[in-house]
Amino acid sequence: MATTITKPETLFGKRVRRQEDPRLITGTALYLDDLKMPGMHHACVVRSPHAAAKIRGIDTSAARALPGVAAIFTGADVTGLGAVPCAASIPGLRVPHHHLLAQDRVYYVGHPVAVVVGTDRYIARDAAELVEVDYEPTAAVADPEKALAAGAPAVHPEWPDNVAFNFHQEGGDTEEAFRQADVVVRQRITSQRLIPTSIETRGVIAEWRAGERSLTLHSSTQIPHLLRTLVAGILGMPENLLRVITPEVGGGFGSKLNVYAEEALMAYIAMKINKPVKWVESRRENFQATIHGRGHVDYFELAALRDGTILGLKLKLIQDLGAYHQLLTPVIPTLSVLMMPGLYRFKNVNADVVGVFTNCVPTDAYRGAGRPEATHGIERMVDMLAQELKMDPAEIRLKNFVHADEFPYGTATGLTYDSGDYAKPLHKAMAEAGYEQLRREQAAARAEGRLVGIGLSTYGEICALGPSIALPAGGWESATVKVEPSGKVTVLTGASPHGQGEETTFAQIVADELGVPMDDVLVVHGDTAVVQYGIGTFGSRGTAVGGSALYYALQDLKAKMKKFGAMMLGTEQVNFSGGYCVDEATGKSVTFAEMAVAAYHAKKLPANTEPGLVATHFWEPPNFTFPFGAHLVVTEVDRETGAIEIKRYVCVDDIGRIINPLIVDGQVHGGVAQGLGQALWEQAVYDESGQLVSGELTDYALPRASRMPWIESSHTETPSPVNPLGVKGVGEAGTIGCSPAVVNSVVDALSPLGVRHIDMPLTPEKIWKLIEGARA
Amino acid sequence: MISNAFSYHTPETLEEALAMLEDGGGKILAGGMSLIPLMKLRLASPESVVDLRRIPGLKAITEEGGAVRIGAMATHHEIEISPVIRGKCPLLGEAASAIGDIQVRNMGTIGGSVAHADPAADYPAALVALEARIRLRSANGERTVEASEFFVDAFTTAMEAGEIVVAIEVKEEEASEGFKYEKVAHPASGFPVVGVAVRVKKSGAGIAMARIGVTGMGPHAFRARNAEALLEGGAGAAAAAAVVGEGEETNSDLYASGEYRRHLARVHAGRAIAAALTRAL
Ligand SMILES: Cc1cc2nc3c(=O)[nH]c(=O)nc-3n(C[C@H](O)[C@H](O)[C@H](O)COP(=O)(O)OP(=O)(O)OC[C@H]3O[C@@H](n4cnc5c(N)ncnc54)[C@H](O)[C@@H]3O)c2cc1C
Repeated sequence: MATTITKPETLFGKRVRRQEDPRLITGTALYLDDLKMPGMHHACVVRSPHAAAKIRGIDTSAARALPGVAAIFTGADVTGLGAVPCAASIPGLRVPHHHLLAQDRVYYVGHPVAVVVGTDRYIARDAAELVEVDYEPTAAVADPEKALAAGAPAVHPEWPDNVAFNFHQEGGDTEEAFRQADVVVRQRITSQRLIPTSIETRGVIAEWRAGERSLTLHSSTQIPHLLRTLVAGILGMPENLLRVITPEVGGGFGSKLNVYAEEALMAYIAMKINKPVKWVESRRENFQATIHGRGHVDYFELAALRDGTILGLKLKLIQDLGAYHQLLTPVIPTLSVLMMPGLYRFKNVNADVVGVFTNCVPTDAYRGAGRPEATHGIERMVDMLAQELKMDPAEIRLKNFVHADEFPYGTATGLTYDSGDYAKPLHKAMAEAGYEQLRREQAAARAEGRLVGIGLSTYGEICALGPSIALPAGGWESATVKVEPSGKVTVLTGASPHGQGEETTFAQIVADELGVPMDDVLVVHGDTAVVQYGIGTFGSRGTAVGGSALYYALQDLKAKMKKFGAMMLGTEQVNFSGGYCVDEATGKSVTFAEMAVAAYHAKKLPANTEPGLVATHFWEPPNFTFPFGAHLVVTEVDRETGAIEIKRYVCVDDIGRIINPLIVDGQVHGGVAQGLGQALWEQAVYDESGQLVSGELTDYALPRASRMPWIESSHTETPSPVNPLGVKGVGEAGTIGCSPAVVNSVVDALSPLGVRHIDMPLTPEKIWKLIEGARA
Repeated sequence: MISNAFSYHTPETLEEALAMLEDGGGKILAGGMSLIPLMKLRLASPESVVDLRRIPGLKAITEEGGAVRIGAMATHHEIEISPVIRGKCPLLGEAASAIGDIQVRNMGTIGGSVAHADPAADYPAALVALEARIRLRSANGERTVEASEFFVDAFTTAMEAGEIVVAIEVKEEEASEGFKYEKVAHPASGFPVVGVAVRVKKSGAGIAMARIGVTGMGPHAFRARNAEALLEGGAGAAAAAAVVGEGEETNSDLYASGEYRRHLARVHAGRAIAAALTRAL
């Protein structure tokens, strides 16, 4: 038994390299499409080329005649199965029955009409082209404002007004606030539809074992357990006979926080043909048939006093829902409403949301999910107010921030902000950027006729989703920690990380708490037969909620190990530290491995103690967490072409305590990239007839590494009191903070020309036309 | 790639390749960087694919008697790094280096690019500015077509059925010439929204020779002869650039309208002329 113990350094806060990266960057990781099963068949989905049409008939005879075709399924085959689920519970919500395959009508381009199964994917694809669907095209509407207009084509004939729901929320007395106001600024602001575009598209393999009556569904999903519950429901099979496994997931960004028709269809087909069946989405299908994000038209009114004090906000929010509700479609704009006050003190908010059906693929959660839209709106409005009052945009923000001594702070929308010091990241960003100097340089550049802009956004967001009351299926997360007899540690997490790096951050937490080397820790996730029930990874919740569950499980486990340590040392009181139990009185200790052996060999047990070393904790968070930050962007606009150059990108994000700065950098960079994508390049465009014009990566402009500015990222750290780790969440911060800072910067650059607002994306042609317009 | 079924052939000689293409159901495969995406989307479904890669000699880049001959199968990357190109027609190398990314440049060929005649391809701007000639071979023998006559319309060339591009021939640029290829890359595809290739030769304070090729703006690349004439006539770069694309048809897409493309062609012609002049001796 050792007598001298050196306490290892803690790993919390260290730039530890990601455990998952070697397999990812050497191409040895297994994604869905890498998996093969004996006898596996391949499915191809026949999709509607029309945005709206009646189906007069489907002739599958030519397809069936093709050698190698095993089966074909159409709408008639699946009427007895359940519908694609929507978990929203908004009063009065109109929910169209979302069959797994189209019945008598199609509602958007890409709507699944039939599934062809063949012995290989070429045959399946060839046969899909031979399926003859007799369509009678009908009028379609793809624009949510047009869909609301009188006489618009009805997406669902039973609801001619195309309204799926109205939702109202208010706090304070907005009418009175507007009566008191010296100024009111008004603006229509859009957040265009975006295509999440995970590099790995969706994919499913379903494997039916007839003898066991059990089904294994491999799916590239963010939510294996919820998927299992919901697909079991659709199929009417016992949930415990369905196992969901998520292989490596090549990106989700919210688009795989869903239950899709294809997941249930493949499960059903595998049972029908008694063969494993694989379906992998093509990029074109991904664009047409996986959820899109955003899709807002927002009418804002912001009331203020002449000194810049904001009094209240009114919002009319038009949400383009698409043709159906996917899992959370109608919920997303309600998150926008919650976030409307931003970081500001005003207590009067009045918001009306109308959810509108269009002949487009449904919208749903995409990185930020409702919060980027809200932040974009409030941050643009605050800038417009500053412009109107001729105030500095930093000054107006500092004037209106919730004060550092006011937390927890109750907002006009009923939230309680956990902790914050909003001026801090703004001051830091301004210092790092050299704000005063930048303004002087801007004045000099303007004198030369150059268009230089400085834009700020001070964003807040709702993270660590969340208390169960706020989430349809519960908002807790689970963790199990097992110390194996050899002393190795296995963690089972119900969060299902898919790129966020929790295999590393969770191992850091374990290493610190148990005093074992990180390499001894294995973090297992994404298999419902192995991991206890969990909710999943989305809404920047993985570490804040899943990590906290792990933390509490570790405390339980440590308590039990201390009992074994005390017994082995023949004492009552021991300290557990650095992987040892130490009797402080004698200086004697037992090692972690010795305790593990003792617990499993169980020759002697402490009083009232079971053998084994396993602890499970399901943790219910008492509140959301509320990260915040300041992004500062310097741009220059080419007067001749309208092209935008980002000259500086400075961001200071306060995401609570930081476990691994390297991973946080990655999250900030990726988040900012997607924010820039929305601000500058990306747009999912449907034409008047409902065709998706941005149908391929040749038209849909993703952010590329070569177009990224240098990101000067730093942090302030305000711990969250909500969870024991003090963390808040960082998955979405970059995306949320970015787009308003970029647009504010470009509007600032063009403000000498009288420009007040520009809708995203800021394409050079749009900018050029504004410059030309000002010249005319 | 889930294309239609096709048969795949690897002829060892041009004659063999021509024979395989005779029935009209076959498609030539060069680098595959344009053909394969089309087959993947089933926008092209050839019965057979005739791969030219095994035919010897089609890759060579040589120089003889003041002319550079570039084999059709030379890749964009080979052209971008070729000492012959760098020495004798650097404008072409500059255009080659602007194409796609390194993976694409390692696979794609100049013959494939000109035969495909994408209205937004990079080379054609340089080729018309260089007054290049496209050498074609068929069962009936060989002929050459001037680059400015070759690009007829979007994805349409002066090639007849059964013809293969075997080489591109370019007269040497004079050492005293200045040149510049300016490209505005489409943020999604990376192809030019517009690309402008300029060659100029100074004489005293004036300009003795100017060639301006424009790609991406319209359905095919063209020479801006009106602007060339203004430059040679001493009108100045701004006046010349301002007439680029006059009377030419324009393309448009989600990203850029025809009007904006024409405007960009003019702005970038101005910039390319200025840059070329600083390089001219
Ligand atoms: C991601 C990506 C980015 C790209 N970016 C750019 C860009 O920025 N700029 C640009 O200009 N291009 C770009 N391209 C296109 C690329 O340059 C292609 O290489 C080129 O257009 C075609 O050349 P290839 O050798 O690949 O031809 P292939 O794809 O093999 O063939 C193209 C067509 O030409 C025919 N063909 C090929 N060779 C011959 C021949 N010798 N004689 C007769 N017919 C022939 C084929 O039958 C086919 O119809 C890009 C392509 C990709 C995939």
